[in-house]
Amino acid sequence: MNLLARYAENIFWMARYMERAENLARVLDVQETFVRDERGGTNWLSVVQLYADEEAFLKRHAVASAETVVAFYLLDATNPNSIVSTIRAARENARTLRPWISTEMWSQINVFYNQLLALTPRDVAMPHLSRVCRMVKEACQTHTGITEGTFYRDQGWYFYQMGKAIERADQTTRLLDIKYHTLLPSPDDLGSSLDMQQWCTVLRSAAGYHAFRRVYPRGMTPTTVAGFILFNEGFPRSVVMCVRQIDGLLTRLKSRYTLRRGSEAMEKVDELLAALLSRPIEAVIADGLHEYLDWVQSQLIGITAEIGHAFFGQEPAPLAQVEVQ
Amino acid sequence: MNGATAPQAGARNLLASYDAGIFYDELFGNADKPAGHTRLIRERLNQLDFEDLRRRATDAEKELYNLGITFLIYAAQGAEDRILPFDVIPRVISAREWAHLEAGIKQRVATLNLFLHDIYHDQKILKDGIIPAELVLGNANFRPQMAGLDVPFDTYIHIMGVDLVRDREGTFRVLEDNGRVPSGVSYVVENRHMMQRVFPDLMRDIGIRPVDNYGHKLLEAMSEIAPVAEGDPEVALLSPGSYNSAYFEHIFLAREMGVPLVEGRDLVVENHRVYMKTTDGLAPVHSIYRRIGDDFLDPTAFNPDSLLGVPGILEAYRRGNVALANAIGTGVADDKAVYAYVPRMIKYYLDQDALIPNVDTRICREHDALTYTLDNLDKLVVKPVGEAGGYGITIGPRASKAELDDCRAKLIADPANYISQPVVDLSVCPTVTPDGIEPRHVDLRPFAVTGSKTWVLPGGLSRVALQKGTLIVNSSQGGGSKDTWVLENGGAA
Repeated sequence: MNLLARYAENIFWMARYMERAENLARVLDVQETFVRDERGGTNWLSVVQLYADEEAFLKRHAVASAETVVAFYLLDATNPNSIVSTIRAARENARTLRPWISTEMWSQINVFYNQLLALTPRDVAMPHLSRVCRMVKEACQTHTGITEGTFYRDQGWYFYQMGKAIERADQTTRLLDIKYHTLLPSPDDLGSSLDMQQWCTVLRSAAGYHAFRRVYPRGMTPTTVAGFILFNEGFPRSVVMCVRQIDGLLTRLKSRYTLRRGSEAMEKVDELLAALLSRPIEAVIADGLHEYLDWVQSQLIGITAEIGHAFFGQEPAPLAQVEVQ
Repeated sequence: MNGATAPQAGARNLLASYDAGIFYDELFGNADKPAGHTRLIRERLNQLDFEDLRRRATDAEKELYNLGITFLIYAAQGAEDRILPFDVIPRVISAREWAHLEAGIKQRVATLNLFLHDIYHDQKILKDGIIPAELVLGNANFRPQMAGLDVPFDTYIHIMGVDLVRDREGTFRVLEDNGRVPSGVSYVVENRHMMQRVFPDLMRDIGIRPVDNYGHKLLEAMSEIAPVAEGDPEVALLSPGSYNSAYFEHIFLAREMGVPLVEGRDLVVENHRVYMKTTDGLAPVHSIYRRIGDDFLDPTAFNPDSLLGVPGILEAYRRGNVALANAIGTGVADDKAVYAYVPRMIKYYLDQDALIPNVDTRICREHDALTYTLDNLDKLVVKPVGEAGGYGITIGPRASKAELDDCRAKLIADPANYISQPVVDLSVCPTVTPDGIEPRHVDLRPFAVTGSKTWVLPGGLSRVALQKGTLIVNSSQGGGSKDTWVLENGGAA
């Protein structure tokens, strides 16, 4: 059966928004649970910086405290990057997709969204934050499970997985970036217990602590953690694994459904994968991890644009055209 | 719940104090026509406890909300999802009653299709003076673009909803025809699914005719009319989009048929053929169930401001490259003034009497009818001919002096815009209310699907006026719905 271009786009974004919400819940949860520095506070501004939301945040709140950051990222419907806004966007996509997705997929997102709408600031206050984050995380995972078990395996399934993989890769780069971008303490702190604790936090946000320990039973250095998160071939949230997945999905999508389009997107994915595999982590860090992560993010944006152009019937972005010339 | 005891609380006498009053009752019948076919159902209902019934009703409504079986309502705070309130006590129709209704609906559909073919071709009925020509040719929904065009099987109204009411004597009458884009069929099927989940004990072995093959029948008709010689035609459902109040129904129908739900922006016309935009470029579309009105269908032919439609689709249709259901220009047949002539049309085209009578209707454009209407304003229902959804209606016996004066002024200013009818004492059906089981007025909208021949969905949408005493059942005016059970031959009793 033909897949409407518009539906393909909705599927892609539904997957992205659900993945995004899950990551956001992970970040808030871990922030609350683990990141306490020696001075007893928690650096909540780092969350805002992670998503590059400083401007929007400071318009609404003077200080980045637990209360203000949680309010901003959980229930603030005027913040397009809040969990409630993200799930609303996922639900809008799912609503459009109701003729295409399973009833259970739609119903779960619908109930989840209504659950979020019913939350009050009191419900998400500090003693309950972890529980709310777990609820969000589990609802997103339930969505993943229902999708796996009920979504018909045709073109749409490929677009779903592509959206999920691209979003996941993007979220992972952001999570890693926060460390270098904002948490980087003074050179004296490097390797101190505070530094290690924050690296643990990064791993835990990505549910990667135990996986990391399998590869590195002892010790933990910024280099091994960054290398693991970026390049590990078995860790489901590593950037390499996500990009490999995108590559495989595009290839199979094109061959199975004999789609004539998408070659530019594939080229871009191959290019990114080759770059990821070509340099060891030490070299990446030496040249600047932040710049590297920025570049990966911009490549993911470029891949999204090419997918949109090839399959969603979008005009090519003017910027991309300039690059080609 | 505050624990207040309901009047009917206590098992085995749920309906004991129920009193339908002067009205015909759908579950009990009346003294002249007791409803013998509902005996078993009444017995089972009587064994339920009111609180249990209420609990199950609450569960059902919650599930409807969670499943998103909702319509959008635009309120002051923005768009809001609402469920169509669902009443769990079914409305039951006997096999014999249904056989009569089914035949009457087929007769009506056949007649209106003959009428449409006639007025878009030779206009014999106008020449023979059966209907005033200006009523048809001057009608806003008459589409000159359709003149001389032949449509497959001469079917114009592929999907028809006929609004029926039952008077105090228990006689079904046609209140209104819906031959443009009738809605509500999704609730018929979803209400049944809900009843099967919530009241399996009530339904067991009753012998209720199934309703869930509607999508299959609709797809069959859509395929029959498609201009494709061989292979499977591509059918699509054209919706105005997810902000339309009936979007759930569009989703439902697309899912049931297994066809793409498209919006105008998904379709393009090239070389007078219709295509949809897919992940692999343009793919042809042969047959479209469109849920948008004529006005919005093609901005190059009708309303130029429409963003919902598909530029060029009319010409593609005229050339026979795409089928549309319903056909363009059917609105002239379900007009409230034209309605009054349908019994005469049946006689004219089929040489038969109407199996289901109309409600007596006076057409205020006719002098005598206007005089009668003005003289009896306090006894009549006055309806504007162009409105849908129960808007603009004046119910004489319930109107205030000021409302009657207002209605009189409008009638005198523009008599052709109105018809009048006596107040029909709509039948009632036992309904769950906060005060126990009480009678509430109901109507019935059966649905007929026509490709090469007509099929009528057994039952239809029973709408119920949930407010005590009110006669208006429209969802936009606070109405709800009930599951409608058509019994199989030899069912229940």
